[in-house]
Amino acid sequence: MSNIELDSHTPKGKLEDRWTQHKFNLKIVSPANRKKYTVIVVGTGLAGAAAAASMGEMGFNVKTFCFQDSPRRAHSIAAQGGINAAKNYQNDGDSVWRLFYDTIKGGDYRARESNVFRLAELSSNIIDQAVAQGVPFAREYSGYLANRSFGGAQVSRTFYARGQTGQQLLLGAYQAMSKQISEGTIKHTSRCEMQDMIMVDGKAKGIVSRDLVTGKLETHMADCVVLCSGGYGNVFYLSTNAKGSNASAAWRAHKHGALFANPCFTQIHPTCIPQHGELQSKLTLMSESLRNDGRIWAPKNKQDCDTAPEDIAEQDRDYFLERMYPAFGNLVPRDVASRAVKLICDEGRGVGHAIDGKKLGVYLDFAKAIAVLGLEAIREKYGNLFEMYQHITDEDPYSSPMRIYPAVHYTMGGLWVDYNLMTSIDGLFAGGEANFSDHGANRLGASALMQGLADGYFVLPTTISNYLAHQQPLDLDKHYPEAEQALKRCEEKIQALMNAPEPQKTPDEFHRKLGQIIWNACGMARERGILEQAIIDIQQLRAQFWQQVKITGSDQTLNQTLERAGRIADFFELAELMCVDALTREESCGCHAREEHITKEGEAQRHDDEYSFVSAWQYSGNVSEPVLHKEELHFEFVRPTTRNYK
Amino acid sequence: MIFTLHIWRQQNPAAQGNFELYQIDVSEDTSFLEMLDALNEQLIEQGKEAIAFDFDCREGICGSCNLVINGAPHGNHKATTTCQQYMRDYADEKELWIEPWRATAFPIIKDLIVDRSSFDRIIQAGGYIEIRTGSASEANTMPIEKHVSDAAFDSATCIGCGACVAACPNASATLFIAAKVTHLSTLPQGEVDKKRAEKLLMAMEEEGFGGCSNYRECERVCPKDISVSTITTMNKLLYQST
Repeated sequence: MSNIELDSHTPKGKLEDRWTQHKFNLKIVSPANRKKYTVIVVGTGLAGAAAAASMGEMGFNVKTFCFQDSPRRAHSIAAQGGINAAKNYQNDGDSVWRLFYDTIKGGDYRARESNVFRLAELSSNIIDQAVAQGVPFAREYSGYLANRSFGGAQVSRTFYARGQTGQQLLLGAYQAMSKQISEGTIKHTSRCEMQDMIMVDGKAKGIVSRDLVTGKLETHMADCVVLCSGGYGNVFYLSTNAKGSNASAAWRAHKHGALFANPCFTQIHPTCIPQHGELQSKLTLMSESLRNDGRIWAPKNKQDCDTAPEDIAEQDRDYFLERMYPAFGNLVPRDVASRAVKLICDEGRGVGHAIDGKKLGVYLDFAKAIAVLGLEAIREKYGNLFEMYQHITDEDPYSSPMRIYPAVHYTMGGLWVDYNLMTSIDGLFAGGEANFSDHGANRLGASALMQGLADGYFVLPTTISNYLAHQQPLDLDKHYPEAEQALKRCEEKIQALMNAPEPQKTPDEFHRKLGQIIWNACGMARERGILEQAIIDIQQLRAQFWQQVKITGSDQTLNQTLERAGRIADFFELAELMCVDALTREESCGCHAREEHITKEGEAQRHDDEYSFVSAWQYSGNVSEPVLHKEELHFEFVRPTTRNYK
Repeated sequence: MIFTLHIWRQQNPAAQGNFELYQIDVSEDTSFLEMLDALNEQLIEQGKEAIAFDFDCREGICGSCNLVINGAPHGNHKATTTCQQYMRDYADEKELWIEPWRATAFPIIKDLIVDRSSFDRIIQAGGYIEIRTGSASEANTMPIEKHVSDAAFDSATCIGCGACVAACPNASATLFIAAKVTHLSTLPQGEVDKKRAEKLLMAMEEEGFGGCSNYRECERVCPKDISVSTITTMNKLLYQST
């Protein structure tokens, strides 16, 4: 594999002029020639559907693929809170610069200034686009758009559609995409999964797909490939991701030379409903807004862990966030709150069901808020969340406290991309959660939807046009031996899964074990010894997986067991890289807390002199020996400071 | 909790399907789909093929899951999806009959999985607003009355699961269409396309769904509480446009 030169192609000059100037410098394809170019988009969530719709509208020939039965089901749909935009409708001092600054700071100074500024700049236009599509955002009685505030910001810039903002934005993008399908510019295939990349002369020129209904493998050629295939939170087995969310498209691209950036940056959300049993398949998030009025506590004494919370006297309760962080109390950022909850449970003071002998949960108590504000006020504010909690746990949060525990929610890491969102493979682009670009080491609330749509509606269509303008359209009638070879590789991989030498265990059994290893080693707190052991454990379990995975049924029909096994096989390799990355980053920053780099006061300690870079990992041919490339981060406009919430 | 399960198994669209009998012991806090996961784990261990069923987000919003449980689309618990049903909701029952959606326009692919791509094609027939993607004017130039916007939102929450079709004796998709028409056509941005209702109804008919004859079963099983008043709204728009 050739050496990779890491150039972010970031424009120079004034920060606020960079995107405008860059757009002007980029070439465009003449409208008459656009239909001669084919673009493949893998994944049709917010980023993918938006990119496909935009490029279809421009006149390119777009082919889209998703594994769900319709693009409308992508997991973008589950985002609750909202989408940030620097509209300053509230006239509370917001600006593109302020959104830029908040995002850079929230990411703990591990993102590129130019990319983040562009994101802030494009945020306004996303709202315009969505409203024009008929996205029913919340409005004030005046008829104008409403906003709410969100974590990590002092202004109200979040646009929302009740608790279903992601759903409404996705439907907007899906409908825009449907319009292009009816106009014939997009050809979409559902229930279809990318298996591999097709590389021609070192460039991404197509994919191999598997029809999930018939099992048929097919090759598709194109002038470039765009991956908008989402994040990899499901490597942990239990997460708030959809069950089908997977890293396979990104990972298989990685193995063809696309660098994988900051894999250890995974966001853990503090307020999720704790696991209730070994059979549990996923975790459910409870909105962060609950921490505005709920008080988080655990029993002071271990012997009280089985006592009903109502029977624990006030002086025997430890309101640990208020104790540890008197200034911010229950409203410390996600990473800080998550670590504190883990600390308490590790001390043996957790409450609720025991899983593997450990009680993983703390109380989120509304008793005081109900006493002060009244039951009705609380019902008004959080009614739907309380209902959801009661429905899932069969416990009434109005009369006894909720139990919460942190869970994996989002992955900031992903495929390394330059300013044009092109990966280190020529002609391979990545958008949305699949790339690493804008959130640094920690993502602020209401920023995921913003990034996915900025990439999809505005950045990718512009930079891909430029890329295509420099290419001769691919001869689609020609025979490509590379395509046949790729197809053969996929076939062999499927056969290896179907015919493990000593089939004994289900794919999920392996996945649960992998999840435990990676959650313990590369979750909320990481340390050298545990990470080193985890790497060994992952390698052993992975070898066992290929030896013993048991898949019933046939690969020639719909087979969900096989689908799952293929995704888990990739998680096994990615998990190791996450641990290697966590081990290499000898500092604590954002979501990444290394036990060896915590201040005396228990705060995360960044080392800007040594670690102000993006870790971009190259596949070397051996999963266990990845090569690290560093992209140094330069801060010309903001000065990195230490976050302090005491 | 021990349940006797009768689950629809069908190898492919052309095959003759039948109910097969299973037994399972699960805790009451297990979700309905986790119960099926557990059964599948057992089947794989026994060397048998797992039962195919659709699911994804498992938090009631993606619209993937779709089981008829003891005759009721999405099961006992009202206004929620299959994935949000828990076994404790079935404490009074010992036997569960689990079937796929049944409608000509939703052919069975395998076991409990049906093909709902007809819904996508209906949306492609005009279930969108004709704005050029990538160019839009400033969002606040057009104020929209709050009650109009709120009503549009209420119909926009449709998750496209198809329970309305499964419950309808005519296997009609009228509620699905009416929700989309009401969402888009009551907003000023979407009002321009006067033919939307007509286009969607034509597409529905072509896909093999039946017509509406006011059984109102759809409303009863809708996991998102979409009201049949959307059908009234659609009919009104339909007559106004002809």
